[in-house]
Amino acid sequence: MSLEDMYQEIILDHYRKPLNRAPSLEDEAVAVHHSNPLCGDEMDLRLRVVDDAVDAVVFDGEGCSISQAAASAMTDAVIGRDLKDALDLTEDFRRMMHGDEPARADDLKDGVAFQGVAKFPVRVKCALLGWMALKDAIETYERGASAHTVTHEE
Amino acid sequence: MAFDVPALRKEFPTLQREIDGHRLVYLDSGASSQTPRVVLDAMDRYYSWSRSNVHRGVYQLAEEATDLYEGARAKLATFLDADPRGVVFTKNATEGCNLVAYSWVRRQLGPGDALLTTVMEHHANHVPFTTAANELGFEVRHVPLTDDGQLDLDAARELVADGKVRFLAAVHVSNVLGTINDVAELAGVVREANPDAKVHIDGAQAVPHLPVSFRELDVDFYAITGHKMLGPTGIGALIARPELLESMEPFLTGGDMIRDVTLEGATWNDIPHKFEAGTPMIAEAAGLGAAVDLLTDLGMDAVREHEVDMAAGLLDAVGGIDGVTIHGPSDPALRGAAVSFAVDGVHPHDVGAMLGSKGVCVRVGHHCTKPLMRCLGLTATARASAYVYNDRDDLEPLVDGIEAAKTFFAR
Ligand SMILES: Cc1ncc(COP(=O)(O)O)c(C=O)c1O
Repeated sequence: MSLEDMYQEIILDHYRKPLNRAPSLEDEAVAVHHSNPLCGDEMDLRLRVVDDAVDAVVFDGEGCSISQAAASAMTDAVIGRDLKDALDLTEDFRRMMHGDEPARADDLKDGVAFQGVAKFPVRVKCALLGWMALKDAIETYERGASAHTVTHEE
Repeated sequence: MAFDVPALRKEFPTLQREIDGHRLVYLDSGASSQTPRVVLDAMDRYYSWSRSNVHRGVYQLAEEATDLYEGARAKLATFLDADPRGVVFTKNATEGCNLVAYSWVRRQLGPGDALLTTVMEHHANHVPFTTAANELGFEVRHVPLTDDGQLDLDAARELVADGKVRFLAAVHVSNVLGTINDVAELAGVVREANPDAKVHIDGAQAVPHLPVSFRELDVDFYAITGHKMLGPTGIGALIARPELLESMEPFLTGGDMIRDVTLEGATWNDIPHKFEAGTPMIAEAAGLGAAVDLLTDLGMDAVREHEVDMAAGLLDAVGGIDGVTIHGPSDPALRGAAVSFAVDGVHPHDVGAMLGSKGVCVRVGHHCTKPLMRCLGLTATARASAYVYNDRDDLEPLVDGIEAAKTFFAR
């Protein structure tokens, strides 16, 4: 599989024109900061919750095309979902990154385009960064806290 | 140039590979160098002919193994212009730095003392000392950088002025900026303020690329690593003043490093054996000895001359690309051939992946220098680092790959 196969047009589109990329969010419930010291990726993710559902989610930070594009596609797939459902979808994406067929391909929306990344083990953590930040934001919210910082070690 | 690069390249099996139909262009020797046939043969000869343990055997194989191991020590001592009694084999440079941190710094420094280091240290020469400082309560001071990525010696003079600095830990050549530090002068600055201060230099990126004389540098400790100087992984050395090693307590204890052992305790073997506990890396020492022979044959002056040329080529070729910024000194005479760069709007990871898909190997990330990255306001860079088997033919695939990344990832 070539590099061009990994970087599909859908991924490049999200990278060039990211959805829900913003440095702040009105009425945010939780802000989390995730970093990946190995490649120097940094991500801020903010979540607004209404009626136990993802009302809005935005991300900001620095990272490679895969991490930025995956976070963009993630926001599009989870906005409007119940928190529990969003966690379930996160797990589906995580499994896909470890080689499984996605059970909820339609719900992942453009997220399915990242299936090929699973073949590049060092890039899997890039694709997961936004999703792991979302999972952490939801869990932080459920704990009743409003902020959390995570450093991903390998 | 005094050696024939294309002929030399043939001696490195890995460099004969192709990646997806592309010639392998290895520009990551700053992380680890390739291994020449002579080094592989030396290790193979040990395993298939003289395989036995060192030092205690009274039969021929054991004598041969001991000769290989101690012979490598003698070669390294000659290569670095040091006393063989001051050459301690370690696993790598990191272990050398830890030996110094544990056996000297942690036993000597305490509250009221200060240790001077720089903002451009590799984690190997940073974490052992900051951890000690945090536990023992001595202060750590940092020499800052000038705009051109050099150590600011005027600032260093101010940092030592109160006479509290008892130890200097500094890198000889930066693995990120390529800067060659005038460590002898920096040592002079420290000793002028405190004549008893000790000096430890991280030479991991210097010894593979420049002529180094431990005697002329006139420092106390100097750590090196074999896998960056054409040798195998798993072996490095700490070079030290013998009289200092004699006064120090061991780092690791156990077999081989003792003179006598009773039920209650032990006395220590002579240096350098006092610092080499357990069965050492015998095959790796044989391999490192062969690497030293090869570097000696090439001549370190010629190696340096070649790398000045490669540094100049890299600075011109990569620095000449629109939207590319180079970190570190702009004068090839002041730097090694490890060149870190940023491509406007393209993350280093993506640059590296694009280059990798075209057979060009460069390193991306923070290069184990997170404090330096913070200081430069960066999270990561891409780094191309050249060595004896690279020549200017390797620059074209590098430049083409960077251009391809720019086009592919243009927003
Ligand atoms: C400047 C510098 N110091 C120390 C080290 C550590 O070397 P090793 O990992 O072999 O201990 C490196 C290697 O990356 C380095 O570049």
